[in-house]
Amino acid sequence: MKKRKQRRGDFQGSRINPRHFSRGQIKFYAILVPLAVFMVLPVVMLVSRAFMPLGELFAFPPHIVAHNPTTNNFKSLFALSSTTGVPMLRYLLNSVLVTVLTVLLNLIITILGAYTFAKKNFKGKATLFEINQLALMFVPTAVAISRYLVIVKLHLTDTWLVHVLPLAAMPVGLFLVKQFTDQIPDALIEAAVMDGAKELTIIRKIIIPLIRPALATSIVLTFQQVWMATEASNNYVNNDTMRTLAYYLNSLSTNNTVAAAGMTAAASVLLFLPNLIIFICMQSQVMNTMSHSGIK
Amino acid sequence: MSQGTTKKKKFFTREDGKAYLMLLPYIILFSTFILVPVLIAMALSFTYFDVINAPTFTGLLNYITLFTQDEVFLKYVLPNTFLYALIVGPGGYVISFLLAWMLAQIQPIPRTVLALCIYTPSMLGSVFIGVIWKTIFSGDQSGYINSFLLRLGLIDTPIQFLLTSDYFMLIMIIVSLWSAMGIGFLSMISGILNIDQELYEAAYVDGLRNRFQEIVYITVPSMKPQMFFGAVMAIVNAFNMGWIGVTLSGANPTPNYSGQLITNHIDDYGFLRYEMGYAAAVSVVLLLVVYAFNKVAGRLFGDND
Repeated sequence: MKKRKQRRGDFQGSRINPRHFSRGQIKFYAILVPLAVFMVLPVVMLVSRAFMPLGELFAFPPHIVAHNPTTNNFKSLFALSSTTGVPMLRYLLNSVLVTVLTVLLNLIITILGAYTFAKKNFKGKATLFEINQLALMFVPTAVAISRYLVIVKLHLTDTWLVHVLPLAAMPVGLFLVKQFTDQIPDALIEAAVMDGAKELTIIRKIIIPLIRPALATSIVLTFQQVWMATEASNNYVNNDTMRTLAYYLNSLSTNNTVAAAGMTAAASVLLFLPNLIIFICMQSQVMNTMSHSGIK
Repeated sequence: MSQGTTKKKKFFTREDGKAYLMLLPYIILFSTFILVPVLIAMALSFTYFDVINAPTFTGLLNYITLFTQDEVFLKYVLPNTFLYALIVGPGGYVISFLLAWMLAQIQPIPRTVLALCIYTPSMLGSVFIGVIWKTIFSGDQSGYINSFLLRLGLIDTPIQFLLTSDYFMLIMIIVSLWSAMGIGFLSMISGILNIDQELYEAAYVDGLRNRFQEIVYITVPSMKPQMFFGAVMAIVNAFNMGWIGVTLSGANPTPNYSGQLITNHIDDYGFLRYEMGYAAAVSVVLLLVVYAFNKVAGRLFGDND
């Protein structure tokens, strides 16, 4: 390891993953920095709109950063109830509940599935994994209608489960965790079996600690999907008390009044922040997982 | 899966049973919400079904109508979908590779920060994306783009970006590319960073001369698995973003069908006209198109060469 590092010093060809700044990097910064600004600018604008007083929201020329920041938008958002009398806080709690349940269920299912695919030999394994790989290219919007028919037939409409179950099995998550689990040496598991460990003990004591980065990634991906999902609230739930924050934000954003504009921005921030924080906390684990993400 | 033992193989061993037991939750949910809906869509596509009455078998009629008589589909939806999918899919894919490659050429800390900025839009979700871009392209003078153009003196009156067809497709493509740098992009960064440095050194000894050759002969071939994963994610993203036009314009169909994509056509027939059989046929066509795109990606980056 050390030897390679030394050699990298005198090697003049490729400069992948450099430790130090060199003049050759300027051209990359010149492209990447403006681009990164373009990518985050819209998000920054919306976040700053959340803190703008009403007068500033429709100013001409529009302000990019709030000149007189205020938290009024958040206050009125929390004070507001939907037309059916459901308070904002209820939607927020629903979102939290649904997200926690889905992430947990997804985690358990993914661990069991990934471990089985990576470390067990069983009949039909190759075929099943092939099917899962095909499902990576699955486009949910294509079958929204037949999905709806299935959900109606199973009497899942207007239940909490309809928020959770459709997102609990995620082919991408299973695929990434399985690829990561592949690296655990079989000898480790065999040794545990010799010592008389049961499957669940092996999973708990050996597998989970070693695949933490992949699990973090799976959590991030599931979280992003559920937290922002409006499909269930729109199509499968008729009761307003069971709908989520993402749905509420959507209904706010179609309301064209001046007051709604500030609250829409405020609700967007509430929706965006958890997403960003979770990703930042777990980004190094995500990157670690991604090095095993290839399809062979 | 080769059995080294001389024991006679049982048809379904206890070990097999145990494996299936652990997979059971995944198999049940996967079948219910992914596999069965796909099969139902396939079956319904050969019927006439209006939700109220039982489906009646009509053979290939839906497909024949779709490709011979559905003027909206042939004139707008199909060309739009191909234009959009080609730019956002392969286009977004090439961009994400180039960005990943450039990020690999700079130091770790700025790389992490810039990668985070570029990745952020992909985690936002449809509602949030809709809210942001509707504000930016708002059709009055308080819209960011309109105000910018007005102040520069390029226009006299605000442009109705999201209510007219002139710029609609362009805006859809910009927004989609903006939010396309997702986990496929992250996967490619890792792939590039993981390539053994000695490969490059050896190649330079063998006469490699510049960075372009480096990409063609070393980088891409050494990270084929990540390239393939990235390709699948790019294609799926391109077709999954079908809601974008309806979110931006607030109506289905989009202004003069200018942003009508195949997924909007499915929604139009399925959820607005309740012609489920016909909508299912369109869904099947969509799934086949996605599959074909992925086959091409597999050819390029798969094992078979």
